[in-house]
Amino acid sequence: MSAIKEADIAGLIGVEQYEERGEFPVEQGYVWTTCSSVENGNPLFWDEAVATAVTGGPIAPPTMVSVWFRPHHWAPDRSTPGLPLQIHFDLKEGLGLPEAVMSDNTIIFHEPVRPGDRLVTRQILRSVSDQKTTKLGTGRFWVIDVEYRNQRGELVAVESYTGFGYRRAEAATESEGTGAAS
Amino acid sequence: MTETTITKRLHGTVTVGEALPELSYPVTATTVVLGALAARDWRPMHHDKDFAVNRNGTRDIFVNTPNLASWFERYITDWTGPYGRLRRVTFRMLGSIFPGDTMVFRGTVIDAGVDDTGCGWVAIDIAVSVDDDAKTTCSARVALPVTDDDNPWDRRGDRWQP
Repeated sequence: MSAIKEADIAGLIGVEQYEERGEFPVEQGYVWTTCSSVENGNPLFWDEAVATAVTGGPIAPPTMVSVWFRPHHWAPDRSTPGLPLQIHFDLKEGLGLPEAVMSDNTIIFHEPVRPGDRLVTRQILRSVSDQKTTKLGTGRFWVIDVEYRNQRGELVAVESYTGFGYRRAEAATESEGTGAAS
Repeated sequence: MTETTITKRLHGTVTVGEALPELSYPVTATTVVLGALAARDWRPMHHDKDFAVNRNGTRDIFVNTPNLASWFERYITDWTGPYGRLRRVTFRMLGSIFPGDTMVFRGTVIDAGVDDTGCGWVAIDIAVSVDDDAKTTCSARVALPVTDDDNPWDRRGDRWQP
């Protein structure tokens, strides 16, 4: 983890960084926890015969892809994991922009994710804008891709985030404490 | 075990401009906490009202964004049935959803086509609103079977161009 300064940007565009493995395999129980939380009765996730007929066996809901990288609240002997979207924080620090928001987020789905899969993620900086001023303040927009692959190296999803790091016109205050991409 | 009834919405039956059925859901603190747990989002503004009010300055705890993605997925596949396969989704966050709110999902098919590989797709614009005020929007593209024996989930490699 290191701050990305102005001079580093060009050399980091398109470069894969922060390879990280999920702390646990994709699991059926968590699929049910998530489906239950939104009352999703899609038989792909509840009826093995349907999953076998339609998707060649059970799969996880595609939109859960980032869930497999959010750690449990506690685990023994855990080293300090990288923050999700570490590049976002590296840019904030290196460009001296204390505040940031995520304006939008796209997920493109490839191979289905299945219980038992061990996913690997990498972050890729795609672009950093010139200085812009919005109603929030003055700063830079950036686009970060997060690639997800399974244990066979097959692409399962690409998430693309647009962030805006900025400095407020008046004195800034931190609004929240922990690991959020904010 | 009873046999599951399967909805199989075919591409040719969808018309541009068609509205998806509305989904209305009363949000409680339980909804928010279930969603935070499901998304492994342990940040306190999604379960601790005192933190949300006094540190974040919001009126209560609020639904986390990854869980909203799960709500949008459910909204889409309730309509398509299990043969519907998401190609891509884009979210834009506009405001928060709190306990006591009734969130309402509304969606409209805005485009449809068949790509070079023969995969049928539809584009849907969805908004989740509270009191008609959009809180998050979602632009989705989803693949649908073009014939009764077509299955988008069979597509791999060059035959899947999401």
